Amino acid sequence: MKEFKHVIADPLGMHARPAGMLVKAAAGYASKITVAAPTGTADAKRLMALMRLAAKQGMELTITVEGADEEKAAAELQAFLAANL
Amino acid sequence: MKTGIGLPVFPGVSIGPAVVYRKSERTLPVSSGDPAVEQAKFNAAVETAREQLSALFEKAKIELGEEKAAIVEVQMLMLDDLDYLDGVAMAIEGGAAAAIAALDTGEEFAQVFAAMDDEYMNARSADVRDMSHRLYDILCGNTGFQLPEGSFLLVAEDLAPSETIQLPRENILAFVTRQGSSSSHTAILARTLNIPSLVQSNIDLEEAENCKILAVDGFTGTWYMDPDEETMAMLKAKQAEAAADRAALETYRGRESITKTGKKILLCANIGSPEDAEAAVAADCEGVGLMRSEFLYLGRDTLPSEDELFEAYKKVAQIMGDRPVVIRTLDIGADKQVSYLGLEKEENPALGLRGLRICLTREEIFRPQLRAILRASVYGNLQVMFPMVASVWELKAAKALCTVLRKELEEEGIATKEVPIGVMVETPAAAVLAHELAKEAAFFSVGTNDLTQYTLAVDRQNAKLDKFYDPYHPALMALLAHIAKSANEAGIWAGICGELGADPKMTEKFIEMGYTELSMAAGRILEARKIVCESEL
Repeated sequence: MKEFKHVIADPLGMHARPAGMLVKAAAGYASKITVAAPTGTADAKRLMALMRLAAKQGMELTITVEGADEEKAAAELQAFLAANL
Repeated sequence: MKTGIGLPVFPGVSIGPAVVYRKSERTLPVSSGDPAVEQAKFNAAVETAREQLSALFEKAKIELGEEKAAIVEVQMLMLDDLDYLDGVAMAIEGGAAAAIAALDTGEEFAQVFAAMDDEYMNARSADVRDMSHRLYDILCGNTGFQLPEGSFLLVAEDLAPSETIQLPRENILAFVTRQGSSSSHTAILARTLNIPSLVQSNIDLEEAENCKILAVDGFTGTWYMDPDEETMAMLKAKQAEAAADRAALETYRGRESITKTGKKILLCANIGSPEDAEAAVAADCEGVGLMRSEFLYLGRDTLPSEDELFEAYKKVAQIMGDRPVVIRTLDIGADKQVSYLGLEKEENPALGLRGLRICLTREEIFRPQLRAILRASVYGNLQVMFPMVASVWELKAAKALCTVLRKELEEEGIATKEVPIGVMVETPAAAVLAHELAKEAAFFSVGTNDLTQYTLAVDRQNAKLDKFYDPYHPALMALLAHIAKSANEAGIWAGICGELGADPKMTEKFIEMGYTELSMAAGRILEARKIVCESEL
């Protein structure tokens, strides 16, 4: 299992667009990917669940990746979040 | 002829045939009884919806820009959402027809979003509904609403986000909707397209369908069905005049508002939302003279959070840059439906617990708003003014709270800037005491609508009193002169932000009195600049 943290920099927080991009990115891996925010936990492959976190700018997300391609997935998703959220 | 009213969201006059937009009748589909068959139907519908949305996305990107096209993109993503697809599959497994499963599951998700304590997410419920209705329509074999050729005024109960995008914009002369707000998609689109439009109108859809000609006066917020000859002539004249004026006024764009003798007048816009701020900049405003903050409080079930208010104010501050923005604190009373404030019903709300009175009574409402304004102050040039002030102590109490809150924020390590604090002069008491208030206030802005109603003791909501509601009454003129004189003597600025601010008959009179700022609907700014620039004063 791999785990990393990301603090939301986007002033709008996790709004629909970055959430959608994250879903698309997460869908490319076999691993189970979970996003935990202070407001709740969501499967990174499920858009509306991610949106329901209503995660705001400044909130810390903990992303857990578990599965065959966890190394690759965690590294790539960390870079993805840094660039997009 | 039949006539009625609505909330105008863009000025101008449009005349033409009316088309009533209805979500067409659907035949309720019956389940085939076989979940596998229903699931296959649903899967095919998802593919069709995807094709429709991606075509719509391309169209929106070209015509309305990336940002508005994102509305469609969100729906495309929702279409693939596993929770939604699982929900539909479960409903189908339980015996529901594909169409019903798509619709009901969408409604469940829409309600979850609507119940969230987050304004942005609340608005997403419209996107979920829009997406699930599309699937429903496809599954019911509904090809959608067919619009006629040629130009028309579009009348509707309300328009969904994707509907406003897929409309043939070049053919639409006006929108008239029964619902919607000045920050709804319809209103934003009307402002983007520069077409006169009304929301929250009292138009009857059946009657609109049967009328031959519909006219909308976006200056006054009036609609006319089958206008008689006299009205038609009036509207046509107004329309021609507006077109000619607009062309002539364009030469004043980008110019300084200065009289022939060198008096500089600041021409500002009255706004209600960050979207309005963008329109105000497009209309060449020199600042915002009145930002009403009520829109942040209306149409919801809970008090907006400090963060929500902060985001809205910050956005406006950033849009306006160096230009001044005067935010009026909450002016709400028992006359507005804001159930979560728990206000008691009053015999006479106009004279009741409203404006600064609520704020001084209920600190849990006032504190987050002032903190939000102070936090947003570092992003631009914000000023704040209090409504319904009648006594000097009220102003002092509100100012003292601002000082405390600023210190509190500093201790929390949050940056703030000096925010000038002014008075919205709208009670006769404040007008008479202007020389006293001027010692405490950084500026005055006169709310002429309320000042008129309170000075003349005439209820402005009561149409029967129209002939007694005289905004040029000598008593008012005396008060207005006294306010400006008191401000000038104390070395502070005075402005006008009520309806009179845009009245071309009053512009020179105000300059003569000593007012240096006029705030009005954004669309009137170039007109006012022309008068200022031509003035010999």
